[in-house]
Amino acid sequence: MTARIDARFKALKGEGRAAFVAYIMAGDPDRETAQKIMNGLPAAGADIIELGFPFSDPMAEGPPIQKAALRALKGGMTLSGTLAMAAEFRKTDNETPIVLMGYLNPLLNRGFDTFAQDAKAAGIDGLIVVDCPPEEADPLADALDEAGISLIRLATPTTDDKRLPAVIRRTSGFVYYVSVAGVTGVKEADADAVKPFVERIRAASGLPVVVGFGIKTPERAAAVARVADGAVVGSVLVDEIAECIAQNRDPVANVLERVNAMAKAVRSIKADGLKA
Amino acid sequence: MNTPLKPNDYSAYPDANGRFGDYGGRYVAETLMPLVLELDRAYQDAKADPKFQAELRNLQVHYAGRPSAMYFAERLTEHFGGAKIYLKREELNHTGSHKINNALGQILLARRMGKTRIIAETGAGQHGVATATVCARFGLPGFVYMGATDVERQKPNVFRMNLLGTEVIPVTSGTGTLKDAMNEALRDWVTNVSDTYYLIGTAAGPHPYPGMVRDFQSIIGHETRSQLSQLERRLPDAVVACIGGGSNAIGIFHPFLEDESVRLIGVEAAGHGLATDKHAASLTGGRPGVLHGNKTYLLQDPEGQILDAHSISAGLDYPGIGPEHSFLNDIGRAEYLSATDEEALEAFQLCATLEGIIPALESAHAIARLKEVAKDVGKDGIVVLLLSGRGDKDVATVAAHLGRTI
Repeated sequence: MTARIDARFKALKGEGRAAFVAYIMAGDPDRETAQKIMNGLPAAGADIIELGFPFSDPMAEGPPIQKAALRALKGGMTLSGTLAMAAEFRKTDNETPIVLMGYLNPLLNRGFDTFAQDAKAAGIDGLIVVDCPPEEADPLADALDEAGISLIRLATPTTDDKRLPAVIRRTSGFVYYVSVAGVTGVKEADADAVKPFVERIRAASGLPVVVGFGIKTPERAAAVARVADGAVVGSVLVDEIAECIAQNRDPVANVLERVNAMAKAVRSIKADGLKA
Repeated sequence: MNTPLKPNDYSAYPDANGRFGDYGGRYVAETLMPLVLELDRAYQDAKADPKFQAELRNLQVHYAGRPSAMYFAERLTEHFGGAKIYLKREELNHTGSHKINNALGQILLARRMGKTRIIAETGAGQHGVATATVCARFGLPGFVYMGATDVERQKPNVFRMNLLGTEVIPVTSGTGTLKDAMNEALRDWVTNVSDTYYLIGTAAGPHPYPGMVRDFQSIIGHETRSQLSQLERRLPDAVVACIGGGSNAIGIFHPFLEDESVRLIGVEAAGHGLATDKHAASLTGGRPGVLHGNKTYLLQDPEGQILDAHSISAGLDYPGIGPEHSFLNDIGRAEYLSATDEEALEAFQLCATLEGIIPALESAHAIARLKEVAKDVGKDGIVVLLLSGRGDKDVATVAAHLGRTI
C-alpha cells in the first residue's frame, strides 16, 4: 500500500526535488501545542511528517529528543494519544504522509496486531522502530503488512554491502539513512560522505532514500537535499520548543518558522538523483 | 501462552538468534547490529580457542585468586536452625566481588578483537571497579558510566575507579541509576563504533552478552560442584543468590540446571515492599518487554514505559533482569523470591556479627531468605549461599540507615 508515501515521492520527482521531512515528538510540550504545530507543518513546507511517540529510555537519541520525550511523558502523552493526534491531523490533511518513529516496547505492550490496526485507522503510513533490527522484525512486519503500513528501515554507516540486503528486505515507502554513527542531534552530517551510501541504498532497494541525524542548518539541509531523496530535521525543532518554553515565546509560530526556513532551503535545490 | 516445557539440554541456550525460549534476542539500533554480530563471532572463536581459555585460567588463578573459598558457615547454620549453610565466597576475589570473573574474560576478548577503548556501565560500582582494574592491567583506557545518584551513594568505589586510571562519567538523565547508565553506555557505543568495546557487567543486553557473561561467571557454579563434592561428597539441595541483572546467580545456577534435585533460588530486591511502587523485583512484579537489547521481564507501566526501580542496594537497582532468568522462571526450573531493604539491612548485620564477614548489601538480600530456605531444606540438607561481594562499599549507606554518622 503506502499510497500516500509513494504518491508524495512521485510528485516530488516531478518537481525534481527532495522531500523535507519534519520530526516532532507527539505531546511535546503538551498535546494541544503539539497538535497545532503538526497541523501547521504542511503549510510551513514539510512534505512528510515524522511523528515521534515517546519512550522512557530512548537509547539512540541525543539530549534534545531525550528531553522532548520526557516533556511529552510528563504531559501524559501515550501511544493512543499519538495516534489520536494523527487522526486529528487527518481531518484536514489526507495527503501528507505520517511516519511514526519510536521504540519497540510501547508497541509490544499494545500488541503488534492491535497497534497496526489502530494505526491504520488513525491514518498512519509508515513506522520506524529504532531498536527493532531486521533480525527481530518479522512479527511486527507481519502485523504491519496486514494493515498496509510500511515498516521503514534504517541503514547506517556500519551497514556494509553484505548486510544491506537483509536491512532492506520487506521494506517499502522509503529507506531512512542514518548519516552518522551516533545519536540524534549531536554529530553533523556531511553531504559528501553521505552521497555514496545513498546511491548504494537507492540502487539496492529501488526506493527513495531519506537522510537524517545531524542536519542542523538550512545550508546542511540543502546540501543533503542535493544528494538524497529527502532530508529529516528533528533535534533542531524540538530544541526550539525547549527554548521557547524557557524564554516564554510561542512554540507554534517559532517552530513553524524554523520548518519554513529549512523547507525553503530544501525546495531551492534540484536533487541530483531526481533530475529527469 | 502455554508454559514452555523444560528442555532436555540447557546448554543449547541461547540458540543461534540469542534466544532463551522467548527471551533474549538482539534489539539494538541498526548501527550496532554489525557490532554485536562481530562480537558474537569473535566470542565463539575465542571460546573454542584453548590458548584463550588457558590465558583466562591463568589470570583467574594468579590475578583474581581463584578458586574462591567454600566456607561452612557454622554460626549462620546454628542461627537459622535448618540446613547446613555454606558460603561461596566470591567477595574474596580480587576487587571484592564476582564481577572480576566477567571483566577478565571480556577484556581478553576486547584485546583479541583489537579494540582500544573500553566502556562500561555500573550500579554499585563493583563492575566499574572490576572493569577499571582490568583496563589498568591491560593498559586500555576505560570510561565507566554511572548514575549520578549512585555516584553519590557509592563514593568509595568512584574513587577506586579513578585511582585505577578510569574516568567515571556521572549520568543525570532519568533517575541517575543503573538503567540510565546503561542507556548512556549504549549511546557512547553507537557513537564510537570502530575502536570501542562495551564491557557489559551483567548477563543481559543484546546477544551474545547474556550467554557470554554467563559463561564467564559459570566458574562459580563449577567450583561449587567440585568443592562440595570434596567436602560433602554430594550436590547441594539448594543454591541461593541475589538478583539484579543476575550475573552471579546465573553463574552459580547454570552448572546445576540439569540436576533437578538442586533447588535454584534467586532473590530479587523488594525495596520498600512489593505492594509499593518502590522495588526492583522484575520477575515478581514485572512483565515481559524489550529494553537494552533484550526481551525479558521488566518493570513497566500500563503503556510500556519503563519504571524506575528502587533498592537500597545500588547493584540491584535495575528494572530488568537477564533473559535466561526470565526463561528459567517461566519453565519453573528456578524459583524467584524477594527481600526488602529492611530485611537486607538486618541480614547484613547478622552476617557481620555471626560470621565476621561484612557482605555486600546485594548479597545480604540472599542471606535474608535463608531464614525460610534453610528451614525448608531441613537439617539433613545443604544450602550454598553465593556471597557475591564484600560490603565495605556499603558501610556509609548502612550507617545512614541506622542513624549513625561516620
